[in-house]
Amino acid sequence: MKTERLLVAQSAVFDAQAVSAAVSEGIELIEKASSMEALKSIRTRYAGADSAMTQASKAIGALPADQKKDAGKLMGKLRAEFGRAFAAKEEQVKAAEEAAALAAQTVDMTMPVHRKPLGSRHPLPKLLENVEDFFISMGWQISEGPEVESEWYDFDALNFGPDHPARQMQDTFYVKGNQAKDAAGFVGSNMVLRTQTSSDQVRALLTHGVPLYIASPGRVFRTDELDATHTPVFHQCEALAVDKNLTMADLKGVLDKLAVAMFGPEAKSRLRPSYFPFTEPSAELDLWFPDKKGGPGWIEWGGCGMVNPNVLKSAGLDPEEYTGFAFGVGMERTLLLRHDINDMHDLVEGDVRFSKQFVMGE
Amino acid sequence: MPMVDIDWLKDHVEVPEDLTYEQLAKDLVKVGLEEEEIHASQVTGSIVVGYVVDATPEPQKNGKIINWCHVDVGEQYNAVDEDGNKVPRGIICGAPNMAAGEKVVVTLPGAVLPGDFKIEPRKTYGHISDGMCASERELGLGDSHDGIILLREYGFSEAEYEALKPGDDAMHLLHLDQPFWRLTSLLIVDMPSHIAAWPGEYHHSTGAAYTDPVIALNEQTPVVTGLEPGTPTDIEVSIEDNAPIHGVPGCDRYYARVIRGVDASAHTPNAMRRRLTRAGMRSLSLAVDVTNYVMLDLGQPMHAFDLDKLEGPIVVRRANEGETLTTLDGKDHKLDPEDLVITDSPNGEHGSRILAIAGVMGGLYGEVTEETTNILLESAHFDQVTVARSARRHKIPSEASRRFERGVDTQLQPAAAQMAVNLLEQLAGGTPSEHPTDINMTSRRLPIHFKANEVSRVAGLDVDVNTVSNILSDIGCTVAGGGNGEFSITAPTWRPDLNEPCDLVEEIARLVGYDEIPVTVPPAPVHGHVGLTPEQAYRRRVAQELAEFGMDETLSYPFVGDEDFKAFGYDKDEVAPISVEVANPLAGDRPYLRRSILLTLAQTVQRNLRRGVENVSLYELGHVYLWDPQAPAIPALPGGVRPTDEQLKALDAGLPEQPMHVAGILTGLAEQTGWLGDQRAVDWSDAVEAVNRIGERLGASLKLDQPQSENVPVQWHPGRAAKVLSAGVEVGMVGELHPRVNEALGLPEHSAAFELNLSALFSTLDAKPVQAKAISTFPLVRQDLAFTAPKSLSAEALKQAIVEASGDMLEHIELFDVFEGEQLGEANRSLAFAVTFRAQDKTLDSQDTEAIRAAIVQRAETLGATLRA
Repeated sequence: MKTERLLVAQSAVFDAQAVSAAVSEGIELIEKASSMEALKSIRTRYAGADSAMTQASKAIGALPADQKKDAGKLMGKLRAEFGRAFAAKEEQVKAAEEAAALAAQTVDMTMPVHRKPLGSRHPLPKLLENVEDFFISMGWQISEGPEVESEWYDFDALNFGPDHPARQMQDTFYVKGNQAKDAAGFVGSNMVLRTQTSSDQVRALLTHGVPLYIASPGRVFRTDELDATHTPVFHQCEALAVDKNLTMADLKGVLDKLAVAMFGPEAKSRLRPSYFPFTEPSAELDLWFPDKKGGPGWIEWGGCGMVNPNVLKSAGLDPEEYTGFAFGVGMERTLLLRHDINDMHDLVEGDVRFSKQFVMGE
Repeated sequence: MPMVDIDWLKDHVEVPEDLTYEQLAKDLVKVGLEEEEIHASQVTGSIVVGYVVDATPEPQKNGKIINWCHVDVGEQYNAVDEDGNKVPRGIICGAPNMAAGEKVVVTLPGAVLPGDFKIEPRKTYGHISDGMCASERELGLGDSHDGIILLREYGFSEAEYEALKPGDDAMHLLHLDQPFWRLTSLLIVDMPSHIAAWPGEYHHSTGAAYTDPVIALNEQTPVVTGLEPGTPTDIEVSIEDNAPIHGVPGCDRYYARVIRGVDASAHTPNAMRRRLTRAGMRSLSLAVDVTNYVMLDLGQPMHAFDLDKLEGPIVVRRANEGETLTTLDGKDHKLDPEDLVITDSPNGEHGSRILAIAGVMGGLYGEVTEETTNILLESAHFDQVTVARSARRHKIPSEASRRFERGVDTQLQPAAAQMAVNLLEQLAGGTPSEHPTDINMTSRRLPIHFKANEVSRVAGLDVDVNTVSNILSDIGCTVAGGGNGEFSITAPTWRPDLNEPCDLVEEIARLVGYDEIPVTVPPAPVHGHVGLTPEQAYRRRVAQELAEFGMDETLSYPFVGDEDFKAFGYDKDEVAPISVEVANPLAGDRPYLRRSILLTLAQTVQRNLRRGVENVSLYELGHVYLWDPQAPAIPALPGGVRPTDEQLKALDAGLPEQPMHVAGILTGLAEQTGWLGDQRAVDWSDAVEAVNRIGERLGASLKLDQPQSENVPVQWHPGRAAKVLSAGVEVGMVGELHPRVNEALGLPEHSAAFELNLSALFSTLDAKPVQAKAISTFPLVRQDLAFTAPKSLSAEALKQAIVEASGDMLEHIELFDVFEGEQLGEANRSLAFAVTFRAQDKTLDSQDTEAIRAAIVQRAETLGATLRA
């Protein structure tokens, strides 16, 4: 092969006319080519090792010295013309080929692609998290207590005497045990399903001492049949602050902030005199927010007040030295108000069509 | 729910002529009334008196009898027949008391009743009903829905009744156009339980002139003190309580007053009757209506006896074991020795005949009847606890008992009796006795030592000493001292709720106005933990991860029962004794609290499936409750005192353990059928993936430990369930539910589940910050290692062996292929792992890799696994 090439090279004679014609022919073919494959084969044939152009270049060496310059010039011009034609066409062909390939890959992107189901958070636990975050943002702590609770923490420590109406069987779930007959005349265990997360108040005061700033979100129980507005198992968030120099003014400030956190920047709170055993003074907590169903206005949201001195005494604190405030809001009620939910059933039945509306619970 | 006409207020307080109910609501909300409690009239349109011309009973297929009636509603409203003549309207009425000849209340088409109930002509039972005869409830007048309103029974005098003509405006007649309030506050201790107190509150709120009706009544009351000994009184009364509760006598005041010669046939006037009905009390006889009216107005429950049936002395005592009483409502009650009873003494047998359970309900004997002309009015003060317990014990919460439970004024009795005899005298004639009996053992109220600056210390409200003094005087307190900012305050007898300084702070803050309290925000606390606890943060990660994994979060009631135990294959005799049992469950068939979330979560899954939701995969975070039958009893301790440390321990020692769990149930398709590919049904692997993702999200290295099939708990598939371990601690189970469980619950085959004890899992975690490893930039070496291994060798065990043999060069290991085949032998399978190695400090050469590989092979062989060529 090597020998053969040498032979060809040696035998070549520079023929300007022939090589110009060959290159013209090549350029003409390039113009007509429509694929990279064709282009490449044209390049091999007209610019490859065996092409007239290459042969001619090699033959320059054999020319007399005075002809070499012109021959070189001519070859340079031919090579450039060929190269320009090739490059231009190559770009064209490549673009066409890419376009064709991409066209072949085109899909209908509107076809459904959900292979894996999209999960969801339930709005209620998510709301509890949001409320927790509100208190955390103020530097408070989140406290938790048992749901099956002793009557002392749920009632006595909170200033509900043994004969308080709230301790009646028609309000409270009692736990069976083996205790002797109690005040209300039934056999009990001194244990209840907690009726309020306030049961955590004295527990936290005894465990952590003062000053104390806590919120207790959680599940509570009352013997209400499930209907559009009631559920026997529901959630509350109770807050308790006990320190020196706390007053009802601080309570109002925190409540206003909570209203804003839950119902937007225009929301506000209002206190209305009321009665609870564990607070004195006590107040109903009314909420005003612009998106209230039926137009902006006041609606009852929760209860609050200054911690009753007897509660502080239950925790071994001196009410002359310490004051505190406490409030509680129903989480279900908050959700009903905030999301215009008309029926409690939707909130408690666990139908996924309900919770999926909230995506990640919000 | 009791409802009160606004005009009742005007009996006691001066209100502006043009007072709107909106303004009144505002005034009363300020001092504690709920805004929602005051309503404008909710009735519009034509509501008229109708005369029932005829009523034809027509039995229906459903067994009901309805009346096809023609009711004359007057010229203006009557129907027009074909000839253009006015004729009575045809109306369908299902009420049992409908009868021809009655005058009734007709709501005509176009009227709108409470609850947006629009009256329109409608076709029903084969007729066009062209209006409706209304009941009290339909008109928002009261709770009665037993029948329609018969005006004959509505407290009109004979002449008034005769004068009622068809077409008369019943709206005005029944005061339907008046605003009214719904008094839920009656149920709250601090809020006044009687009407006369609200005018007082209106006075406190607005400064309107107010006259306490009790003052005038007291002036009319005959004097009973300082009489000559032996002066005869209406009846002899003896209070003999030998078993006071909490040391408080059951009765500390018994006031009895007689009125003789009343007209037994007199009727309750319309206005009084209307007020009673709206307040939720049925009108019975005049005497009973009067006592109820006084109770509503002044707050003193009373009882009317037929004097001629009683034989003195009246003895107030505790019941004896074995005594019984048939109460007015016809129910028999076995009395308890704690019940306080009112008795008389027939045939000289002292206190032998029981007339009533004190403050709760009267018995059949001694009641006022249609023949009664001489009436004995009992106006007494009974102990809150005694009455509350009796009402509860006998399940007869009456209007009277509710008021006694909340506390009644100890000095109100003579005035209440005076008001009652005044009303009876006015309405039915008769002569009130001038010799009432008054056994009064009530004690004086103790003064409260009160520092004026308590108001600012607790309520944050700056008030001066004069304001404190004025407000407390205005609500009836006796105010002494005050010079150094300290008072001695004696609360009035009608405010049994005022006992401590904090009660007075509330009164002052309430009457100055809660709106006047400034708004501040306490500074962030200096001490204590900041942010969520690690457990609280972990819990959120678990909840979030499962939603991101594609499951739906839900919540279920924690109640379970026999049906749930059975579906999960539990033996009730084993589970019930270690479950918390509710003494008074709402659903009798679900009295226990769950020990496993799966039991209640399954109910929710079922509900979704029944509603046609497919591919339900739910999870729930919540508590479970583990009863210990050996746990010590929990003591009953008093409030207001810090228990000793031992007592506090005892309170907790008896509580059941209540760990936080997470459980999931996956059903149906894990991947849907579609043009992308075929569907894939859920199986054990989806549940394992869920658990693994929880572990990874928490940074826990969870391991599965698959027990021998005979050791798998009953609710799980014996070959497809494994324990979940974290740091060697068992924290839960994962796998497929037992086919029997899936069948019992109606879940698809191979439904999978998991349940983890998060409390246990979290306690195995190190809450410290992650300590980061340096990232090596040296090249990695990848090797595929396929082993022939006995089927009994778990993939996890072999993987673990490879991990240990690889040492710290191991970067990643993954099982990428599993197969079984003839060439491997019946007892074997092939497990192929892709393993990557990388060193921290150098490029691994072939010698290094060979050494690791050899170590792995050697280690695998000890487990019976051989490297395939």
